[in-house]
Amino acid sequence: MAADAHSLAAPYALHALDDEEARGFEEHLAVCERCREELAGLREAAAGLAYGAAGPPPPPELKERILAQARKERGNVASLPARRRNWTAPLAAAGAIAASVAIGLGVWTATRPSEENAFARVLAQPGAKLMGMGDRGAVTVTPNGEAALILRVPPAPSGKTYEAWVIRPGAIKPAGLFRGGKGATVLEIQGAVTRGSVIGVTVERAGGVDQPTQKPFAATKAIT
Amino acid sequence: MTALMTTRPPATGNLAQVSDEALVSLVASSDEQALAELYDRFGRVAYGLALRILRDEALAQDAVQEAFLGVWRSADQYLPERAKASTWILTLVHRRAVDLVRREDRRRGEPLDDAPEPVALSTVEGEATLGFQRRVVQEALKGLPSDQREALELAYYGGLTQSELAERLGQPLGTIKSRMFMGLARLRDLLAQAGLEESLR
Repeated sequence: MAADAHSLAAPYALHALDDEEARGFEEHLAVCERCREELAGLREAAAGLAYGAAGPPPPPELKERILAQARKERGNVASLPARRRNWTAPLAAAGAIAASVAIGLGVWTATRPSEENAFARVLAQPGAKLMGMGDRGAVTVTPNGEAALILRVPPAPSGKTYEAWVIRPGAIKPAGLFRGGKGATVLEIQGAVTRGSVIGVTVERAGGVDQPTQKPFAATKAIT
Repeated sequence: MTALMTTRPPATGNLAQVSDEALVSLVASSDEQALAELYDRFGRVAYGLALRILRDEALAQDAVQEAFLGVWRSADQYLPERAKASTWILTLVHRRAVDLVRREDRRRGEPLDDAPEPVALSTVEGEATLGFQRRVVQEALKGLPSDQREALELAYYGGLTQSELAERLGQPLGTIKSRMFMGLARLRDLLAQAGLEESLR
């Protein structure tokens, strides 16, 4: 069965298994890293096929219907997402990177000099890249893996802290705590940031945790 | 905080340059404008795919609606390190459309060749990117050995299961699985070479 199960990744990616076969393969997936990796690549190829079917546009009312239904369902969700929604407070400027830089420049006078220096110092290094982080922050990374983030978030709720993470497939490492608050916060990322990593931020209990307890609400794309 | 929420500018100015993945994170925080932006980016491709599979406008709309509500409900389970957001969303759309086509049993006796040809490129003028992407995928499909292309098309666009494919083509199941695997692997290489990836960014 095990040898046969590997061969089901492609039909699974194409949704070409019946329900029972799909369930069996999902059980296999849970214990087979090789198939999980293979499936990721096969799914990407399969999703590419979607672009081969381009046809007429959907009727405009479809979007309204979807949004109306989503709105209705939000009324039923627990209080946590409702509270988290506040974090999506917008930035003044458009565009993730442009906005982040604008915030950075705008509020650096209001941040503590040591914090300001961390971001400015990393960004000033040869080859440093600037990457957007959602619509309210940015990360700068040097070729040798030094990194800092700047993020505009309200103060963490009482008993909570923001925690940054360096996320690689199979390994998530804590990268520092911060409180948020007026203006933007600058944080020097602890540990080296290698290519392919993602930097994300979650809210955790005060003092921080070893592994995130939720999905990052802000994250970069994979560092290139 | 209420003031911040009510003064939020329209999504177009604010979210247009936010990555697909970041949008999904915002959707996970119940941000409706982020969902609207994702729909603006992928709704048309999603509908084209659903229509190709279901060949019925009402059913295609149902599939797209269910898929985007799936995005809304399960955005917090999306793992950016596992898949691009576009892959995740289009996988949901495909799943819904295939579920529906099997439930409606709309596949019987309809050879795929009889499927209505998607609209000609001239009718998607002004949407050069979409036309380009479609051409890239169709060219890549043509670049596959015909038995692999047939397996992918019948499974992905036709909604057939591997067993139905084996029966229909009179081939052993192992051969069908192998054609699917080889076809997808080769397709991935061809799409990468053709720059579909870049055009999607």
